[in-house]
Amino acid sequence: MTTTDIRPDTGPEKAVRRPSRLLRNLSSKVAMVPLIFTALVIFLGGTIWTVVYSFTKSGLLPRLSWAGLDQYERLWSSRKWIVSIENLAIYGVFSLIGTLVIGFILAALLDRKIRGEAVFRSIFLYPFALSFIVTGLVWQWILNPELGLQSVVRDLGWQSFTFDPLNNPNIVMFGLLIAGLWQGTGLIMCIMLAGLRGIDEDIWKAARVDGIGTVKTYIRIVIPMMRPVFVTSLVLIAAGIVKLYDLVVAQTSGGPGISSEVPAKYVMTAMFGGQNLGQGFAASSMMLLMVVIILIPWAYLEFGGKKHG
Amino acid sequence: MPLGKQLAEGPRGKKPKKRFSRGNIIVYGTLFVVALYYALPLYVMIVTSLKGMPEIRMGNIFAPPLEITFEPWVKAWKEACTGINCDGLSRGFWNSVRILIPSVILSVAIASVNGYALSMWKFRGSEVFFTILMIGAFIPYQVMLYPIVILLREAGLYGSLTGLVLVHVAFGMPINTLLFRNYFASIPEELFKAARVDGAGFWAIFFKIILPMSLPICVVAFIIQVTGIWNDFLFGVTYISSPDRYPMTVQLNNIVNSVQGVKEYNVNMAATLLTGLVPLVIYFASGKLFVRGIAAGAVKG
Repeated sequence: MTTTDIRPDTGPEKAVRRPSRLLRNLSSKVAMVPLIFTALVIFLGGTIWTVVYSFTKSGLLPRLSWAGLDQYERLWSSRKWIVSIENLAIYGVFSLIGTLVIGFILAALLDRKIRGEAVFRSIFLYPFALSFIVTGLVWQWILNPELGLQSVVRDLGWQSFTFDPLNNPNIVMFGLLIAGLWQGTGLIMCIMLAGLRGIDEDIWKAARVDGIGTVKTYIRIVIPMMRPVFVTSLVLIAAGIVKLYDLVVAQTSGGPGISSEVPAKYVMTAMFGGQNLGQGFAASSMMLLMVVIILIPWAYLEFGGKKHG
Repeated sequence: MPLGKQLAEGPRGKKPKKRFSRGNIIVYGTLFVVALYYALPLYVMIVTSLKGMPEIRMGNIFAPPLEITFEPWVKAWKEACTGINCDGLSRGFWNSVRILIPSVILSVAIASVNGYALSMWKFRGSEVFFTILMIGAFIPYQVMLYPIVILLREAGLYGSLTGLVLVHVAFGMPINTLLFRNYFASIPEELFKAARVDGAGFWAIFFKIILPMSLPICVVAFIIQVTGIWNDFLFGVTYISSPDRYPMTVQLNNIVNSVQGVKEYNVNMAATLLTGLVPLVIYFASGKLFVRGIAAGAVKG
């Protein structure tokens, strides 16, 4: 989705001469009004607006009375925000590694000319069709300590078995991770599978002739060849992690206490719950910064390198 | 197989593979166990939604229902409570339908025209706007939430379904425009030139030549939009102020996570399944197209 064909600019506008340049190719311009409006007003304008207002004292209503970096100082001295960032970091690292590893392993298994591949693929991918709200609620039910998994194992005779991540502040993020991985690995598996299918059969034959084992072939030859696929997956997963919100709301509502708060939820609470707009704007600007930090290396790898395509 | 052994066996050609070699058992075994894990939640949802409350309290969540009852489904649809309203998910369902239909139609219509203009009628700056739009797709929604509140309020649309529809159209625009633009870029230029020579203009070419050719990409865009908009929670909870107009996902969350009253797990799971039904039907009905659509539209997720 990053490579786009751009046809040489032999646009028809050169053939037709009109008196004003603004009126040239008018239908096209009129047709693009929704896009231009969305790009300039909503995306660009909205982002600039939020960043500008993050430097103000806006409380109940947005107002332009400058506060310098006050909102940011308050933000970073707020325990809830720090916890949110830590949670996102934990979730992010494990989700990134987990999704990549599980996604790749599933794809590699399915790539071994399996019978019933379509059935397995459907089962791994269907969670992705469901919303995070649905995902969160199902896993909340399965992880319910009194009636769910824990009680089932205890009924089987293992009385001391404890698995109650959603009520344990120390591991609650892993409870979310179980649901998050369940929902998201299918997509990455699909992308990886497409990548594996794109690798030439001859490479496998050559590796076999050289007596290189299957696992070694994957690690030494196939994975390095799939670099672009991994980069795409990485960006997709990372972009999703920053947005983590619905799942938390549905599964834990940020609890117990504030132990599963995340930045997106902090923003929502500050803006629409706490009437504390300035904090919301500052927190969302920090989220923007995180995305920029993720995107710049990617953009560099993707477009800055010598070769392309 | 090591090379030495292969040579020792002589040039007999490929040996037919045994179906149940050790490697195969490991591969199938792993896939089967993992598939079980992925399938389990759907199974648990279905099973729980068909049990009565006493059976839920007694038995385990994986056991099939001893006595199948559809009462939880009826209750979830018609009577489940969110706050003071007790008329079930049906209201949320119809709200979601009323949001979904215009959003999807508008999204696909606008994106197809955008993609067409971007690939065949470029003008000065058109690529710049497109680039801004694509970068915008990566910006966390939270950054733009409040400015949109102001815009909608100014337009008198804050809290209305119409406002939410416009938000969905705007946020669906990057990925859909990209899809259409790339698809149209692969249409042979000669076709376009021939139409120009025949005197066809912007709209004539679009409706008579381009649109009839774009059914496959329309289906992909349609799938992305339906699942994306149906599953949305953030925009629904932000731009709808009255519980009467909440989309289904928001209402579902309110029903299940409401603090008052006894938790009726069977009703909750029936409600969860009802909410997941539309995307699941799309998923199973569209098969491979879903894979293609979602892989192309993953940016929005």
